[in-house]
Amino acid sequence: MSFSVTDPTPRTKWFAGLAVALYALITLMPLLWIIATGFKSPADSIAYPPKMVFQPTLEGYVNLFTTRTRIKEADLANLPPADTWYDRIVREQGQIIAGPSRYGERFMNSVIIGFGSTALCMILGTAAAYAFSRFRVPLKDDLLFFILSTRMMPPIAVAIPIFLMFRNLGLNDTHIGMILLYTAVNLSLSVWLLKGFIDEIPVEYEEAALIDGYTRFQAFCKVVLPQAATGIASTAIFCLIFAWNEYAFAVLLTSGTAQTAPPFIPTIIGVGGKDWPAVAAGATIFLVPVMVFTILLRKHLLRGITFGAVRK
Amino acid sequence: MTFTPIDKAARATPPAMARRIRGLSDRTIAWIFVAPSIFLLLAVNIFPLIWTIRLSFTNFRVNRPNNDVEWVGLRNYQRILTDEGTWATMQATAHFLIWTIVLQVLIGFALAFLINKKFRGNDLWTTIIVFPMMLSPAVVGNFWTFLYQPQIGLFNYVVAFFTGADPASFSMIGDVMLAPWAIVIADTWMWTPFVMLICLAGLRSIPNSIYEAAECDRASKWRQFWTITIPMVLPFLMLAVLFRGIENFKMFDLVVQLTGGGPGNTTTLTSIDLKREAFEKWRTGYSSAYAVILFVTVFGLASIYVKALNKVKER
Repeated sequence: MSFSVTDPTPRTKWFAGLAVALYALITLMPLLWIIATGFKSPADSIAYPPKMVFQPTLEGYVNLFTTRTRIKEADLANLPPADTWYDRIVREQGQIIAGPSRYGERFMNSVIIGFGSTALCMILGTAAAYAFSRFRVPLKDDLLFFILSTRMMPPIAVAIPIFLMFRNLGLNDTHIGMILLYTAVNLSLSVWLLKGFIDEIPVEYEEAALIDGYTRFQAFCKVVLPQAATGIASTAIFCLIFAWNEYAFAVLLTSGTAQTAPPFIPTIIGVGGKDWPAVAAGATIFLVPVMVFTILLRKHLLRGITFGAVRK
Repeated sequence: MTFTPIDKAARATPPAMARRIRGLSDRTIAWIFVAPSIFLLLAVNIFPLIWTIRLSFTNFRVNRPNNDVEWVGLRNYQRILTDEGTWATMQATAHFLIWTIVLQVLIGFALAFLINKKFRGNDLWTTIIVFPMMLSPAVVGNFWTFLYQPQIGLFNYVVAFFTGADPASFSMIGDVMLAPWAIVIADTWMWTPFVMLICLAGLRSIPNSIYEAAECDRASKWRQFWTITIPMVLPFLMLAVLFRGIENFKMFDLVVQLTGGGPGNTTTLTSIDLKREAFEKWRTGYSSAYAVILFVTVFGLASIYVKALNKVKER
């Protein structure tokens, strides 16, 4: 190991590490609190002082996935013994399960719309990015800027005419409508990012393939796509996270069949007020996949969040 | 024949290369590859934009489709710009924008500066710090209302623990004085990592040789910081501010879940105000004019800012 006069001293490093770790722990607190609250009983979740140590229970998760009705204690005693663990948890609260809640459906809507729009966005985006990267396109800069500028509009501002347009086309509150909308919103990001990734692939590879008798399309499929695979994968994750997290369009344009999880989770209520453990359980199930993706993405994070403006 | 940019694109592709290959010509491929994206963007972005502009000159209301639609000229614009509520909203937005940017730049830069000291395990800590900004603002914002509960909320408890105040004595989202800060704190928690990542890229782009040269010239650390570090990081920092500025001007999901614009109108940011006009009062013409004003504001400010950014880069 070589030393330079500009290397930070061990003491500086130690101090910097301590300060950063401290900040990380503070910033992590709200997230840990969400996860912990999901495993608390409703009484523990609103205890004062806030409980750091508590008896973990799956009540929040059971409440999240079921609708329940309260019945009299005498009737409860007459029922045959509970046959499943979740039945038992519900009965301890003096309730019985009336049916499944909407959370499962809403979560599946998020999955369908998220993956559908990501797939479509990658197909359109990769093709457009390839054309912008390899062919001489007049007005290229203007077109690229136009694509970028579609992101500057506040979502609510475009939501008015989109709402009218979707209503005329019968696309309001449909999966296909939301997929098309999220694809359009994500296209700017994916074209900009993918163009950056494809620019980095030497053009000589394709020229060699073309000379060997490949058509342009074959060269694109067999040479460029495999080379750009990492870039495409990380762009796809960014698009997926955006569609997954999107709230404004979802709350305005969907209400029933195609509603995604973000507008649904805040509306979860329990008996006599907000059922915070159930909300926290719903949030945990919804947020943890994104944390996993963040870890997978960490090398390309910077590029993704700045539309490819900053590359490491 | 229509003269679209895509046609031009196709024509500009060198014909020699197209002739050389079998199958589809480059021209056709360029066309096929770009057209669907442009078409979708035209349909979902440009067409609605034009529609918005057209509606902004009318008194159209979505919930009364049978009413006669009248052309009212610039009356909507005039009413918005002379309405005191609009300016109160703009003030709330400005407060939110300025404070979030100031706090995020200060904390974000400090963190990046510390992480750049290359202590052991800095990758792990960086990943942990980045978590909040990747999560759904609506879901997280909703949960922050729980943290901000008087007495039982974790935030109130921690503040009370360090200041000795009564945790039930203040309500971050119920108090007119505190609510604007409640949204600033939540947004800063969420987006400081964004500024940090960009600053970190800036710091890592500075070649070590410059510091070595400064060290040879016996420049103090303090001097090095102000004459090397800050100027070299400035373009990155300005880029971060641009992104945060645009995003927070559009801010809707986090704040609407956190405070819903209340109490009163103290945290009614422009997007929330626009949503009320468009989807609660259903004043479609009026809110379209509002949308156009917002778009022109963002676009105008961003263009001026980008010019300034390019000047700094050239220096």
